[in-house]
Amino acid sequence: MVYSSATQRGRQRSVNQGISASEIRDCVDAALARRGREPHRLLQLLVDVQASLNFLPAAALAQIASALDLPLARVRGTAGFYAFLSTEPWGRYRVLFADNITDRMQGSEALLAKFCRELWVEPGRTSEDGLLSVATTSCTGLCDQGPGMLVNGRAIGRLDSARLGEIGRLILERRPLEEWPAGLFHVDDNIRRAEWLLGPAAAPGAAVRAALDRVAAADSTALVGEIERAGLRGRGGAGFAVAAKWEACRSAPGHTRYVVCNADEGEPGTFKDRVLLSSRPDLVFDGMTVAAIATGATRGMLYLRGEYAFLREALDAVLVRRRRAGLLGSGICGSGVGFDIEIHLGAGAYVCGEESALLESLEGKRGVPRNRPPYPVTHGYLQQPTVVNNVETLCAAALVILGGAGRYRSLGTDRSPGTKLLSVAGDCARPGVYEFPFGVPVREVLEASGAAGAQAVQVGGPSGTCIDASEFDRRIAFEDLACAGAITVFGPGRDLFEVARNYTRFFAHESCGFCTPCRVGTSMLAHIMDKIHAGNGSQKELEEMGRLNAVLLKSAHCGLGHTACNPVLDTLKRFRPSYTRRLGSHTYTPAFDLDGALAAARRVTGRDDPAAHLENPP
Amino acid sequence: MSERPTFTLDGSEIPFEPGQTVLQAALAAGRYIPHLCYHPDFEPHGSCKLCTAASGGRTFTACTRRAEAGLEVQSRTEELDDLRRTLVQMLFAEGNHFCPSCEKSGDCRLQATGYDLGVMTAGFRHLFPDRPVDASHPEVLLDFNRCILCELCVRASREVDGKSVFALSGRGIGKHLIVNSPSGLLRDSEISSTDKAVDVCPVGVILRKGTGFAVPIGQRRFDLSPISAQALADAPRKEPDHD
Repeated sequence: MVYSSATQRGRQRSVNQGISASEIRDCVDAALARRGREPHRLLQLLVDVQASLNFLPAAALAQIASALDLPLARVRGTAGFYAFLSTEPWGRYRVLFADNITDRMQGSEALLAKFCRELWVEPGRTSEDGLLSVATTSCTGLCDQGPGMLVNGRAIGRLDSARLGEIGRLILERRPLEEWPAGLFHVDDNIRRAEWLLGPAAAPGAAVRAALDRVAAADSTALVGEIERAGLRGRGGAGFAVAAKWEACRSAPGHTRYVVCNADEGEPGTFKDRVLLSSRPDLVFDGMTVAAIATGATRGMLYLRGEYAFLREALDAVLVRRRRAGLLGSGICGSGVGFDIEIHLGAGAYVCGEESALLESLEGKRGVPRNRPPYPVTHGYLQQPTVVNNVETLCAAALVILGGAGRYRSLGTDRSPGTKLLSVAGDCARPGVYEFPFGVPVREVLEASGAAGAQAVQVGGPSGTCIDASEFDRRIAFEDLACAGAITVFGPGRDLFEVARNYTRFFAHESCGFCTPCRVGTSMLAHIMDKIHAGNGSQKELEEMGRLNAVLLKSAHCGLGHTACNPVLDTLKRFRPSYTRRLGSHTYTPAFDLDGALAAARRVTGRDDPAAHLENPP
Repeated sequence: MSERPTFTLDGSEIPFEPGQTVLQAALAAGRYIPHLCYHPDFEPHGSCKLCTAASGGRTFTACTRRAEAGLEVQSRTEELDDLRRTLVQMLFAEGNHFCPSCEKSGDCRLQATGYDLGVMTAGFRHLFPDRPVDASHPEVLLDFNRCILCELCVRASREVDGKSVFALSGRGIGKHLIVNSPSGLLRDSEISSTDKAVDVCPVGVILRKGTGFAVPIGQRRFDLSPISAQALADAPRKEPDHD
């Protein structure tokens, strides 16, 4: 398939540049009417305007700044933080290929190259006629059905030549996304193993009624007590005791309490929250409501990562249904408890999964982790007491209240009771979501997913742990391999150096830039891995990475920096030959390639004769 | 008056007022902990990480950690100074710093801290970012090449000058300082050369025009004595107790 070039497509007036002043004004007015004019609405306003106009024109930013009474630079600075927002026009169709290692293993690089070749567009640039731009983005959470991409924010999975060809045709025909075949956007849940959380769904609101009954029979501390007896721990990775968090929020002074559901599932290789939001939305909202009853919160917010924007419509519909059923609003189920939930969209920032950065983002700011103490339970959203829990944690909390702590305790291990949802992807026959009791050996997960013969498994994504075959008897539990549930499998042929290199690039891309060690260190790390990849590495680079790790561990502001070196250290320890075979010399090789630097000049002059090269290396 | 509570810093007793951070109390006692983004007039935020100190095997930024009675703090250890040297190297590698041609040489806290800690080499591959200067304003020059992203100008302009002339945009290694004006140029902003934001820059980003090299190099603040010897000057400007 060969298409006409961008210039042949006619010098049509670029759609983006052609937006009229009144169109911009109307769009911002509509967003302001929808979202309000408080400063903490800033990010939601920017997301809305970006969705309508494909970018954020200067006039829109100025209008928003004036409506919210914020300095223009503050509005620009927030827009500049998030990867899905742009103050420069992109193409009418913005195509982002997911660039997680699982997408690459499924052939995303070749597909991207082919797509760009056929549509006459360079990666990272907008076509001359303004029709489309192509770039890469971090993991989109479709690892079980990749390679994935986002087109104007809409997720598309299972990319192959045929589907990309169809997408290319639709773009050239300038068909609006609403007219694209629905099959393109279909996302599977791929639930492969259900135990408790993913078992038969409880009736919507059952847990809320159970919570209200319990409180009526005893008092408001009854819920925290039951959660404590269950030993429920947070599923975001850190495993903090949920009861302690709820109790701290409940007893903290404040005029309004908030429950925040962290659905900013950005760890590459994780997608179980997507599946919960799509298959058990009522359970998620039940959990939030139970948390609200337990803590006295009156407002709930679900922070949905931008990549999952396609779930928003269905989630909003569930909220409407729940309001009608009396499960939300003032006087839930006829009680005196009032609570409602709204959905906030992220805009492409992994660091916002960190709870204090998430709160900053909810407040419409740049997603920079806060200094702690104080903690969110006392000084959270708008400095009020706030519970932030992961999607899976809230679902588990709802079921604990519904089924009792005893049932929960009967699953899992002593220190890690209950079950864990695992997002299994990579080199396995049956990728998808697996629910296992805590304590399950990695080997059992591999056998269930058809991943026998794996040489390595990344447990918990890039910030987690990479283990080799000798460690497959280790267990998924807080006392051994604590993780948020990403299980990425690497078969015998995979090059673990390339895996680590992909992950270091991810961290460099996602660093918020607040602190020196992470801002500079993650970039330096990515540069060093590129240098080794280019064959210019030496022992010095390996030592340098150890030094960077020490600096990041000791001085980075948050977990992103603390864990940024993990992929390199883990693979260096277990798969050292994949590094050493690339080392050019044992001492030092400069990164700068003098002859390579002349390549651009050779290209421009159309020369490639011996005289156009420095003395050729053999 | 009752005895003030104390903590120890590298073995010495440091008295503190309730609410003071470790760095504030140390500076008030004339003890230097290297730092760049901290300034006594502003709420500490802990981004440069130069003041990283340790207690009980855990590290923290001394500028944000509240002092507690009995806390045993290690700061000037070889390990932590080595960390600080690496952080200074990172800041040099991240921007474009040519000390010999910089108007701030001798008054620059980055340079002075580097000398004081004994930073002898670049350590990292320089990133050579493309950061055009903004010379549009008649009285104030902005040379972003030297920015270390300490946010002091952002805080000073917002909190003291009441103007919010500066803000941050981008993220990661692409994070950068921006100017609050429709054109993005300093010329169209509300800045004045008498603003606190102009004074507070620890490096050579925000410079007054027309005053360059008024003091010859060699006779400037940190030419005369090292930054560590001037710690008392960094202490909070507080009237002495009269009780």
